[in-house]
Amino acid sequence: MRAEAKISPETSNAAAIKEKPRTGADLLIDLLVEQNVDTVFGYPGGAVLPIYDAMYRKKGAFRHVLTRHEQGAIFAAEGYARVTGKTGVVIATSGPGATNLITGITDAMMDSIPLVIFTGQVANTVIGTDAFQESDVLGITTPITKYNYQVDDVRDLPRIVKEAFHIASTGRPGPVVIDIPKNISEALPEGPFNSEFDLPGYQPTTKPNPMQIRKLIDALEKAKKPLVIVGAGVLFADATDELRQFIERSELPVVHTLLGKGAFPGSHPLSLGMGGMHGTYTANMAMYECDFMLNIGARFDDRLTGNLKHFAPNAKVAHIDIDPAEIGKNVKTEIPVVADAKEALKALLKKDIKPLNHREWLDHLNENKKKYPLWYERTNEGISPQWLVEKIHEHTNGGAIVTTDVGQHQMWAAQFYTLDKPHNWVSSGGLGAMGFGFPAAIGAQLGRPDDLVVSINGDGGFQMNMQELMLLKQWNLPVKVIILNNAALGMVRQWQEEFYEERYSESVFEMNPDFVKLAESFGIRGVKVDKEEDVDNVLKDILSYDGPVVADFRIIPNEKVYPMVAPGKGINEMLGVEK
Amino acid sequence: MKRIITLTVQNRPGVLNRVTGMLQRRRFNIESISVGTTETPGISKMTLVVEVADDQKLEQLTKQLNKQIDVIKVSDITGKAIVARELALIKVASTPQLHNEIQGLITPFRADILDVSRDSLTIQVTGKPDKIEALIALLRPYGIKEISKTGITALLRGQQPQSSQVADISQFSM
Ligand SMILES: Cc1ncc(C[n+]2csc(CCOP(=O)(O)OP(=O)(O)O)c2C)c(N)n1
Repeated sequence: MRAEAKISPETSNAAAIKEKPRTGADLLIDLLVEQNVDTVFGYPGGAVLPIYDAMYRKKGAFRHVLTRHEQGAIFAAEGYARVTGKTGVVIATSGPGATNLITGITDAMMDSIPLVIFTGQVANTVIGTDAFQESDVLGITTPITKYNYQVDDVRDLPRIVKEAFHIASTGRPGPVVIDIPKNISEALPEGPFNSEFDLPGYQPTTKPNPMQIRKLIDALEKAKKPLVIVGAGVLFADATDELRQFIERSELPVVHTLLGKGAFPGSHPLSLGMGGMHGTYTANMAMYECDFMLNIGARFDDRLTGNLKHFAPNAKVAHIDIDPAEIGKNVKTEIPVVADAKEALKALLKKDIKPLNHREWLDHLNENKKKYPLWYERTNEGISPQWLVEKIHEHTNGGAIVTTDVGQHQMWAAQFYTLDKPHNWVSSGGLGAMGFGFPAAIGAQLGRPDDLVVSINGDGGFQMNMQELMLLKQWNLPVKVIILNNAALGMVRQWQEEFYEERYSESVFEMNPDFVKLAESFGIRGVKVDKEEDVDNVLKDILSYDGPVVADFRIIPNEKVYPMVAPGKGINEMLGVEK
Repeated sequence: MKRIITLTVQNRPGVLNRVTGMLQRRRFNIESISVGTTETPGISKMTLVVEVADDQKLEQLTKQLNKQIDVIKVSDITGKAIVARELALIKVASTPQLHNEIQGLITPFRADILDVSRDSLTIQVTGKPDKIEALIALLRPYGIKEISKTGITALLRGQQPQSSQVADISQFSM
């Protein structure tokens, strides 16, 4: 996978390099190697020059991926983390480098993605003087990180790096920032070093309380209309096998969240599909009608629940979550279980559960599934986007890693790209950050070089980070970039049509670049498709092509995402359930 | 309802900012906050007085505080037998002629005069918030120039009564 050795200068002057004394930056590189870091996404600048210098001298310690924007770097690191389960690592310089990371840090915080982010900082002798490229990274990132550090003494670096990787990747994962003043990375450290963990306030509970498991089973056994909601917590805990056993044993119907996609096989007869704003009618009505709801690793986000008054009004709620603060936050919960999803499911599997009396409920749900499937219409105004997603599914046998950006295409991908495998779905859920999908695909492909990565984007969001196309060429990453091009900010347009009486304020692009030529200017193949009859051939062609492609599909311009729970409405009040 | 919550925290840079930032972001209403070191080096104690709407909010508050990496322990000591004190410095307008009168007024509060000038007195008082408020009310007619309060700091009493006899929050209400 690694290409373009040319662009990295050769280490010709080996002798001179050896003589350089060991600095804080050298120590940092060693510490990253100790953490088994194989890939770092970053961008250099003044305050991190010592770190980049150490990297140069220790070439080969890990690969450094030079993106074209820090936001590209952090989204790529997220994509890498989301498909590998490993911690993503990012380096940026002080000031503008650090502030360019903010959206990505917030995204990782909202979606619980393990990242360790190193930001350069001005020397600590001038911190607080508004020095050139100084920014208060600790202050700015405190509300959007799981934890953050500023290194005051180079001898603390070993402890801080160890703690940071530990905090980022355990419990409920999340981003950790380490702000490193330039004089710290330039320092010539002498021992003694502090490398012992010192985290008395951080001990996530992973094993469930047996009494709570008992209560959960008692409630489940009494249920006539049980329902299980699965979220990304199941994926983080690698608990998909245990989940499936548990579900099949008691024949429990399952709804997944947007980020829980792949936690339970989408084509399984017990799957009701995605719940929430653009979820299936069956999933949402099941959440409305159930008398017992077991949430495993989801956080009852408002895009899932809709108006809380109408959410599971008759259900006893049990919630398994590693983060106690998520339990009872939005939805009243009778049976809290603080635990890692895998541990909790294992504990449940060890216990006998009486056969449930829920045949009628299952029949009712199956009836709904048959009566109210997801639907769309094909017209001659362009390619039907839902049909296109189904075609992509068909041509990839449902086995691709799918990354999406944010908007209509994201919802169509979630609805129509049925996933049976875990860790193949990469999407910005909590923050809904446009510009995420394409750089995330770069990270995903670097993390899983042997898997097919398909990145589904809108023409709007793709333009937010399209500069990263250069990386596909440079690293020879065969990502298939799909643009569902409606020449508009489709999701905004849809809301304006529905809730603002068709006043299309600033949501229609009067102009767009020629995406084919754009791709070509980066040395990448580009194709444009505007007729449905060409779709099969083009997909066959680009999916078998051994290299990156940008494919511009001209979709029906004013197609909408249905069904839908309008903002403020209950999940039982969906629009567009039927044609 | 008003609650007194104490936090044992690791004394790392930014810990106060993390705690208050979280409280503000999640719209918890802090009435006072006091911070200081403890008998253990590296460990500090914070005492928060907060106003929460209901039990669900209170549970969220303690969970969110516990979730902070630097927070080692969270205790809601509202219903416990505690000693809780606040210190206030009150600068009140005064002429030398009024000095004795004010002295007589503050003596029952065991308050002290710390500074005297031609046109003012500075008084120190410690106690429960309601006592301090009462003194301030008495001094108000003379003209209050400045007040600075530390916020409550609190400890559990050495001996806790049976749960049925615990003091309620009204003790601390103002
Ligand atoms: C960074 C950012 N800015 C603005 C938005 C608000 N927003 C949500 S969806 C959307 C439209 C996306 O348009 P496009 O990328 O073309 O995708 P489509 O909806 O047409 O599929 C916008 C502007 C956002 N989510 N993220």
